[in-house]
Amino acid sequence: MDYVENKEIIARRIARFFRPGAVVNLGIGLPTLVANHMPADGGVVLQSENGMMGLGPAAPAGAGDRDLTNAGGGLVTVLTGGCFFDSATSFGIIRGGHVDFTVLGVLEVDQEGNLANYVVPGRKVPGMGGAMDLTAGARVVIAATLHFEPSGASRLKRRCTLPLTAPGKVDWVVTDLGVFAVKGGRFHLTECFGPYPPEWIVGRTDADVVLDLA
Amino acid sequence: MIAKPVISAAEAAAMVRPSASIMLGGFLGCGAPLGLIQALLEAGTRDLALVACDAGVHDLKTGKVTAQAHLVRNRQFRQLAVSHIGLNQEIQRQLNAGETRVELVPMGTLAERIRAGGAGLGGILTPTGVGTEVAEGKQTLVVAGRSYLLETPLKADIAFVKARRADRAGNLVYRGTARNFNPLMATAAAIVVAEVEEIVETGALDPDQIHTPFIFVDFLVQAAAPER
Repeated sequence: MDYVENKEIIARRIARFFRPGAVVNLGIGLPTLVANHMPADGGVVLQSENGMMGLGPAAPAGAGDRDLTNAGGGLVTVLTGGCFFDSATSFGIIRGGHVDFTVLGVLEVDQEGNLANYVVPGRKVPGMGGAMDLTAGARVVIAATLHFEPSGASRLKRRCTLPLTAPGKVDWVVTDLGVFAVKGGRFHLTECFGPYPPEWIVGRTDADVVLDLA
Repeated sequence: MIAKPVISAAEAAAMVRPSASIMLGGFLGCGAPLGLIQALLEAGTRDLALVACDAGVHDLKTGKVTAQAHLVRNRQFRQLAVSHIGLNQEIQRQLNAGETRVELVPMGTLAERIRAGGAGLGGILTPTGVGTEVAEGKQTLVVAGRSYLLETPLKADIAFVKARRADRAGNLVYRGTARNFNPLMATAAAIVVAEVEEIVETGALDPDQIHTPFIFVDFLVQAAAPER
């Protein structure tokens, strides 16, 4: 069984979590790809932590407005009816439970729902930005990640070794191999993406995984 | 209303004393007071303590440098309290080499600490960071069964903010996502300088649409014409 890295399948599957009316915050990096897979009029509302509700698609090349950016600093658009607010209001929305789903990137995620995604001590120190607030306040936390590190190691762990962004807050992990629910201190594999058989996925995941396929 | 002095960016930068604490508005350069940052770079004032959303962008490969990253490169800060430094490779290098102190603050906590500083609060209680390294050395309080960190207020000697429009009295209106930390910082510093794209007569702004009330603003600086 050959593994081929596939970020698009992760983004496409995560977009299917959202029902009309859901308020969603997408982290920077891989989670940003999820926006490309949402139906244009699906009624999903994107919140941008830098102070916008109703985040629209990226601005056409050369037609950007430097006062209209997303959380990664990219030039974007705002949907009709969208609005802007300051950073305290933005994080009040996030922390106050008014965001239904957040999708966050991963350095490590473990079977207890712990997430580490903001620092590799002494090496890579990006900082947490809004990730700690998002995990503390969003109703459902989805971790989006390629299943393997560049070294080939599983990003899904028994126990995170890096400093945590949040303890025990991850509800779902979607990788390019499948969908995992985090429940009772174990990963529950609920969907496999072709062509990978469930046993192959379990064998390449460095954690306790229960088969829970529909 | 008494009109606020309109001063040059260089005059504003001269008000920043060595080792002062300074707040800079903006989110990855959007809504950053770029003219004031340039003037502070030219003034070369050192040992400053920065409070900001982030450290700007400094890409060592392409040489791209934005906003306060110019000041970081010029070694003008002794410490930073920011939420994100991922796009500034130079400050990561200074941090790992022990050259500059960096306190990483969750972004929502940073916003509330600044708001608390301006609103006369003794601190805020937030669930953000409970069970992480952010909680180390901080009081944890349990309210109605949930744990919260006590986070202390942040104030500064001076704040440089950026607005789209001001009237002569100093009322400010921001635009789009350039608002971000600016209105919060305008409440939390002893001296507040607003760099604005346009200054209109007092009375020309709708009182219902003001984002920052004029009493928070001490000085106005005319920004260079924007590229939009």
